[in-house]
Amino acid sequence: MTIQLTIDGEVVTTTEGTPLVEVAAANGTYVPTLCHHPGSPCLGTCRVCAVRVNGAIAASCSLGARDGMVVEVNTPELRDLRRTIVEMLFVEGVHNCPSCEKSGRCQLQAVALDMRLEGARFPYRYPDREAEHDAARIWLERDRCIFCQRCVEFVRDRETGKKIFSISRRGERARIELDVELADAMPPEQVAEAVDLCPVGAILAKGVGYDVPIGQRRYEAWSLRNRVLGRRPS
Amino acid sequence: MGLDADAVLTRHGRDRTRLLDMLWDIQRAWGHLPEDVVAGIAEGLGTTANDIRETASFYHFFHTTPGGRYRIYLADTVVARMRGYDEVRARLEQETGATFGGPPDPTGSFSLLDTPCVGLSDQEPAMLVDSVVFTRLRPGKVADIIAQLRAGATPEEVANPAGLPHDDVAYVDHLVETNVRTKGPVFFRYPTDYRSLIRDCLVLTPEQINERISESGLRGRGGAGFSTGLKWQLCRSARGERKHVICNADEGEPGTFKDRVLLTRSPKQVFAGMVIAAYAIGASNGIVYLRAEYSYLIDYLQRQLDEMRADGLLGPAMMGRKGFDFDIRLQVGGGSYVCGEESALIESCEGHRGTPRLKPPFPAQRGFLGEPTCIDNVESFATIARILEEGPEWFRAMGTADSAGTRLLSVAGDCSRPGIYEVEWGTTLSAVLELVGAQDPMAVQVAGPSGECVSVAADGARQIAFEDLACNGAFTVYGAQRDLLGIVREHLKFFVDESCGICVPCRVGNTELLRGVDRVMAGHAAHADLDEMVRWSQIIRGASRCGLGATSPKPFLSTLQRFPDIYRSRFRTPHGVMLASYDLDEALAGYDAAMRELEEDVS
Ligand SMILES: Cc1cc2nc3c(=O)[nH]c(=O)nc-3n(C[C@H](O)[C@H](O)[C@H](O)COP(=O)(O)O)c2cc1C
Ligand code: SF4
Ligand code: SF4
Repeated sequence: MTIQLTIDGEVVTTTEGTPLVEVAAANGTYVPTLCHHPGSPCLGTCRVCAVRVNGAIAASCSLGARDGMVVEVNTPELRDLRRTIVEMLFVEGVHNCPSCEKSGRCQLQAVALDMRLEGARFPYRYPDREAEHDAARIWLERDRCIFCQRCVEFVRDRETGKKIFSISRRGERARIELDVELADAMPPEQVAEAVDLCPVGAILAKGVGYDVPIGQRRYEAWSLRNRVLGRRPS
Repeated sequence: MGLDADAVLTRHGRDRTRLLDMLWDIQRAWGHLPEDVVAGIAEGLGTTANDIRETASFYHFFHTTPGGRYRIYLADTVVARMRGYDEVRARLEQETGATFGGPPDPTGSFSLLDTPCVGLSDQEPAMLVDSVVFTRLRPGKVADIIAQLRAGATPEEVANPAGLPHDDVAYVDHLVETNVRTKGPVFFRYPTDYRSLIRDCLVLTPEQINERISESGLRGRGGAGFSTGLKWQLCRSARGERKHVICNADEGEPGTFKDRVLLTRSPKQVFAGMVIAAYAIGASNGIVYLRAEYSYLIDYLQRQLDEMRADGLLGPAMMGRKGFDFDIRLQVGGGSYVCGEESALIESCEGHRGTPRLKPPFPAQRGFLGEPTCIDNVESFATIARILEEGPEWFRAMGTADSAGTRLLSVAGDCSRPGIYEVEWGTTLSAVLELVGAQDPMAVQVAGPSGECVSVAADGARQIAFEDLACNGAFTVYGAQRDLLGIVREHLKFFVDESCGICVPCRVGNTELLRGVDRVMAGHAAHADLDEMVRWSQIIRGASRCGLGATSPKPFLSTLQRFPDIYRSRFRTPHGVMLASYDLDEALAGYDAAMRELEEDVS
């Protein structure tokens, strides 16, 4: 059903139930996201896409469009809110972008650059997180994990359908685990897909390094914002 | 000992949704979850060992490594700390030779662990030795318990020397007190004939029942206060082959214990409410989700259910009504506050981590196993039974415009008569304080850490009601001598420990807020820091995924509003352009000494 709602005061038309974050993008309003993976079930974990809907704060990835909704995206308060959440992720993990293999194609880095983030209002925690090196072709650099759950929910063993990535513990101690046996059964293209699925540099392929030169990587060549808004390079 | 994976799988029908039951069986048999047994369970359920650990490691009562022969969980609560917790804790370490959070003692007999509120605020300090509870602890009592355990008695033998049968209320009463201080109008009045009540309800149509519940104005007693009638109607009209009724007996809010008391004194009133709900929405399956801390109630509750089955009040074709089949099972949790959140509770019932789901869809539309589910609090179900006994008008006549009926308060803290009180909604804070014999009260934590810390001086005339001071049942009195900022810290720490961790604002933000309060306590904060913390609080409350994050900053916010001096008195004057937390003198304090040492070294 076709419905109408407003985004930052502008009336837009869309199909009922379309995730608000996609409605916004289709109408030229960029909302940053980290866990959202278009075409896959909503994860709703990072909350970076927070907007106001009829006055209340909501994650725009997890809410479907309804007729008459009043959506606010680019108010100073909401920009600051989203920025704060990104800052939280930077202080929670260890993000040395210049030395990270994912630099230039990392969604967290791209979102931060788009926000012109230069530091954080919270003290950096520099946690001591153990890396997982036991699998033959893939490794887990937990320092960089933002706990988005993409790998847990969307990567499955091709033969048995079992989970390859899982969670252990809870709260701030929760972390991602890797089933080494199943990881070793992943065909190379599935490894590449998992690396690509991870929005940051937490899942990496062994034996691959600097396959694309710095400066020519995904978000360096064409910004995340332009990609989300569907703008093509001229 | 020696229970293997296959036996456990068989006992639970190789049903993944019963994973928590399986984990409990394994842990009881082995003292922990041995790797090979977990691998066997995983294989039997067609999944990976990591997947089983994903669930198990979420809950604080499950352990993947061996501990001491007995695990002792001492409840670390604000009320316990008013009642000699520190001495008890020290004595436990001394007598066992173990340290809290550390490895077992050298003989491998004891592990000491912290646990949040175990629902015994009126008889603290309290501890669980595995699943056996001990209350009103004093250093001497602790020494005696440990000595008996060392001499070879089991916790069960120490707690229940007379060998009372576990399915008897005498056993429950022997372990814990119920301290019911009021009788009626809704609770603890007189024995009811549940057979006639249910029979009379089944004469009505489900629509008529729903109408009565709507007319009564009942709002959920678990916290959110959603209209029960509306929820039932949504659930009734939701499309689904099968529907479920779940009773939320997770009672995790620190300071509440009324659901424990209801389940002890009036279990059939609660179950009758569930039967009525099942009939009204068309459900066939019922679950009572009981927090693991209340394990001493399991056998007693099972017996109540058995009696109802024997009476034909549960089971197929109930009371001869073809097509109305409804039964209830108990699901014991694993130790997690967030599992009281309805969708996390459903995840837990399905054998998963207690991760709150995204809403919508709501449980009434898609709940347990994706099917329409009506989930209500213990007190809500007990109230429902009485509404249908006396009629909606009777109920509606009590309380206030937006809060019909009465509410059970779990009263604890600085008062002479802690326990369970039934008050009409609309009763003022002062009236409750009077009733319970409050001693020089300064503040009241209304509705636990997730509620509000109000000032007796400023808020005495406010009413306990959804439209004024909403209350989920917890009512903890703080006398003038209490350190409120210390209490705020305890409560924030509780939320940090209990966050499921799936969303960023709650997982990261609450830790930052806790550290902020620590900076205030250490005298390292200035006014600007508080403004920042208020801003973080708004972000955590607004952007978090579930009610835990939506309420977790409230201990900070409500005390800042009511008792700003507890913060202000600890401010530090900023030094010029430096951060308030940076003290130049302190930073340079060791400089002279260091220089002297250096010179001595050189010479
Ligand atoms: C973190 C959290 C913990 C909760 N714990 C409980 C609980 O222990 N018992 C309870 O009845 N409701 C609890 N709730 C509220 C439930 O989500 C739900 O609203 C309630 O069980 C619905 O029943 P009612 O309508 O009868 O209140 C909790 C909510 C949150 C967000
Ligand atoms: S490893 Fe990557 S994909 Fe998996 S949760 Fe962490 S950040 Fe997300
Ligand atoms: S608010 Fe906290 S408890 Fe609730 S989903 Fe987010 S991390 Fe989990």
